[in-house]
Amino acid sequence: MKDRYMEVFILGCIIPIVLGAFALPIRRPRIAPWVAAFGVWLGCGIAAVPVIRALAGGVPLSLQIAWNMPGGSLTFGLDGLSAFFCLPILLVSPLAAVYGCQYLAHEKKPLGPVSFFYNVLTASMLLLLTARNGLLFLVIWEVMAISSFFLVIFDDEHAHVRQAGWTYLVASHLGTGALLVLFALLGRQANSLDFDLMAKAVLSPTMAGILFALAVIGFGTKAGFIPLHVWLPEAHPAAPSHVSALMSGVMIKTGIYGLLRIVTMLGHPAAAWGWTLVIIGLVSGILGVAFALAQHDLKRLLAYHSVENIGIIALGLGAGLLGLAWDQPVLVVLGFGGGILHVLNHAIFKSLLFLGAGAVVHSTGTRDIDHLGGLIKSMRWTAATFAIASAAISGLPPFNGFVSEFLIYLAGFRGVRADAPGTVILAIAVGGGLAMIGGLAAACFAKAFGIVFLGEPRSSHATHAEEVGAAMRWPMVVLAAACLGIGLLAPAVVKMVLPAVRTVAPATLPPELMTTTMGSLMGIVCMSTALLLLAIGFYLIRRSLPRGKEETATGTWDCGYARPTARMQYTASSFAQPLTDLFKIVLGTRKQGSAPSGFFPQRATFETQTPDAAREHLFVPLFRLIDRALSPVRRMQHGRIHEYLLYIALVLILLLIWKAGGRS
Amino acid sequence: MLGIINRVKAFFAGRQGPSVWQLYHDLFKLLQKASVYSRSTSAVIRLGPSVVLACMALATMMLPWGELRAPVTFVGDIILLAYLLGLARFATVLAALDTGSSFEGMGASREVQFAALAEPSFFLGMLVLVLHFGFSGLSKMVSEISLETWRTSGVLLILVGCSWFVLLLTENSRMPVDDPNTHLELTMIHEVMVLDYGGPDLAFILYAASLKLWIFAALVVNLIVPMHSLAPWLQAPIFLLGMVFVMVLVGVVESILARQRLLQIPKILIGAALLSLIALIVRLMG
Repeated sequence: MKDRYMEVFILGCIIPIVLGAFALPIRRPRIAPWVAAFGVWLGCGIAAVPVIRALAGGVPLSLQIAWNMPGGSLTFGLDGLSAFFCLPILLVSPLAAVYGCQYLAHEKKPLGPVSFFYNVLTASMLLLLTARNGLLFLVIWEVMAISSFFLVIFDDEHAHVRQAGWTYLVASHLGTGALLVLFALLGRQANSLDFDLMAKAVLSPTMAGILFALAVIGFGTKAGFIPLHVWLPEAHPAAPSHVSALMSGVMIKTGIYGLLRIVTMLGHPAAAWGWTLVIIGLVSGILGVAFALAQHDLKRLLAYHSVENIGIIALGLGAGLLGLAWDQPVLVVLGFGGGILHVLNHAIFKSLLFLGAGAVVHSTGTRDIDHLGGLIKSMRWTAATFAIASAAISGLPPFNGFVSEFLIYLAGFRGVRADAPGTVILAIAVGGGLAMIGGLAAACFAKAFGIVFLGEPRSSHATHAEEVGAAMRWPMVVLAAACLGIGLLAPAVVKMVLPAVRTVAPATLPPELMTTTMGSLMGIVCMSTALLLLAIGFYLIRRSLPRGKEETATGTWDCGYARPTARMQYTASSFAQPLTDLFKIVLGTRKQGSAPSGFFPQRATFETQTPDAAREHLFVPLFRLIDRALSPVRRMQHGRIHEYLLYIALVLILLLIWKAGGRS
Repeated sequence: MLGIINRVKAFFAGRQGPSVWQLYHDLFKLLQKASVYSRSTSAVIRLGPSVVLACMALATMMLPWGELRAPVTFVGDIILLAYLLGLARFATVLAALDTGSSFEGMGASREVQFAALAEPSFFLGMLVLVLHFGFSGLSKMVSEISLETWRTSGVLLILVGCSWFVLLLTENSRMPVDDPNTHLELTMIHEVMVLDYGGPDLAFILYAASLKLWIFAALVVNLIVPMHSLAPWLQAPIFLLGMVFVMVLVGVVESILARQRLLQIPKILIGAALLSLIALIVRLMG
């Protein structure tokens, strides 16, 4: 029986682009984004039908369009892996679109273009996940990169935004370069660029290793593995907040998707691949959160947390790959399962955090944590949802982050065999690493939430803050509910991940392991529910306790000091200082300031700044070197078009001669 | 529990000390008082104590008494246990920041720093047990510790036990990490975070703190005492006896050690993690 679900999916991808194009020429700033957002809702609603069907039925869909293109055919497919990665897009993109309508409402400039590119980005991500041909994949990949580039430089009147966009464009294209080589090499081995045929190619171990390294570089740039993460902390703060939510929550996951997709094509993985990912995961996880601790810019802090969470995902995938290499189904299922589930979880809480940060920026006009404070009183909804997301990203129960981290822990501990030292090292890496990342993340979000929302306002920005409007509030509430929902429905959600895992690795858990895993998850769910009920119960008891006695309100205990001011509160920098000092060597925080002097000290200043180490010490020198090496070539670039045409003609003729010469 | 520690400390100081049940008197009195809130605070500080207490109560339910299984047990429950403690800490820290006091900020900052360092050593110690007994629920794992285990791999148990005892001292803000009796806000860690509580809230916090002490002590006792070799009816009394012993030990440590400088504490914690790591290596070699 031929069903038409795949066509429905493609239709769902085209609608946002069409409606986005309608919105493009609309000059009224109030209408354009709503038209485009309607397109996103409609498109995602339609595309959700085949995705849910693929997740439930598990039958891979595919569609081949009769159209000749070089190196294969125009094929789309939707299997468990694609369908699961579609979920975060379908959830986050419509919500962020509505949020964006209100977020951008005060802008003076026409909003048509930004709405259009937002829709293109959404559609291209959906299409990318279903592309089953190397060339098609690369074209969509490029569309995705370009449309997100235009979104990043929305505020292009600021120099730093243009600079960030430039960094993003360069990084993104370097990654694409690696992918181009990857697909060219793999395509030559398989004699086709179709994914199905590429998967059948027989590769020598060296070749497979090279291809895997290329995939890590190419997809890792998008995902944000350290040290390829340099564009994240630049681009995310520069972009409008709903765009950062979409990019950080969802778009960087396409890198993870690509990596997994390539892994399915390379045959039996070597243990070294798994170790590579585990090490990348540890480094990205720990350094990501360490850099995050040192930031004052709220959105930059969140960007570094994306690096950290990508690290956690990489840890899970690394465990899964090692499981494949060692033939241990426990590691495979729990490692890949945890990693892939964390993709969804991170998409939810990270986009929620970016939306929350956007709400803060929207109503205070500053991203500097040390200028904020006390916002919980004026922005209750934002504060509550931000608190939930903070707990979730720190991996605390009863929220979703805990479920995926729990799976990865289980992978580490379950896989341990006393006779195989490798498994023990993996368990140390997973157990110790995750525990440390979790602890540091909790520290960092205690800082972010505590300093921004609690205490007293530290500046006039924060004093005059107001709650944001309904269109910005409700998306956050929905996402926060999703955080809790996944935490409480853990077994059901984990069942949804399994088809995705099966696509990557045709391994199933032995039945008794499956039941104990589900049992553990049920245990977590019961405990989480009990936790919620108990906490509420205690709170109610607590409320009823001081029978008839009045609550007194007074100042915070100040040690008898006469006139405390809001500026005396602990700041973000002071809160993080003990931890950042531990990572002094890598962080390279610059401190400048003047100590108070004299008998009646008048002024003292203190400032810290933490630039990105990879940018400062790796890429800046590297690009300077390349720049110097290539400067002679610059003479060829002089802006005379007819000479450029001559170059093109010369190259074409040379190609023709080469090809013709090869034939005869 | 706290009562025993205080009695031991009083004994060392040559005083008579408060009653062993003093904590309960305090709790009862606090529960009847009205509360005072700072004008800087919000709902966070009102919710905080309930969340903390709920976490601790649940975590306590996951602990076995020797072979007597815990009310709640499933494979991997120890991970949940660690994260419940994490959630409690997160709630305390947020509530502390809610007051906007710089002392509480300091305490919060120190607390999260030490926690981030303490957690890896907890999991490393866990890993040693996993290697030895296979991975299952906490109740099942500790019920397999017997005299036989002591004979074959006593070193492991001692190393992990020491490492977890240091964690007990750290997590419950005892000497040499934190001085629970100090009256100088600048030097406190846990106590300074709860400065602004009063009445029932303080009661909740105090009770949660003593539950936490119970949790860590129970972990150490379960690890060290070879429950499997004891007759079933003996296990519960022996377990309680072990708890008393651990408390006495804490009291002794408190009395004879001076408080370390804050900067030294990361070194203590990393030392504890190294003990567990050594245990791991010993396990792998033998």
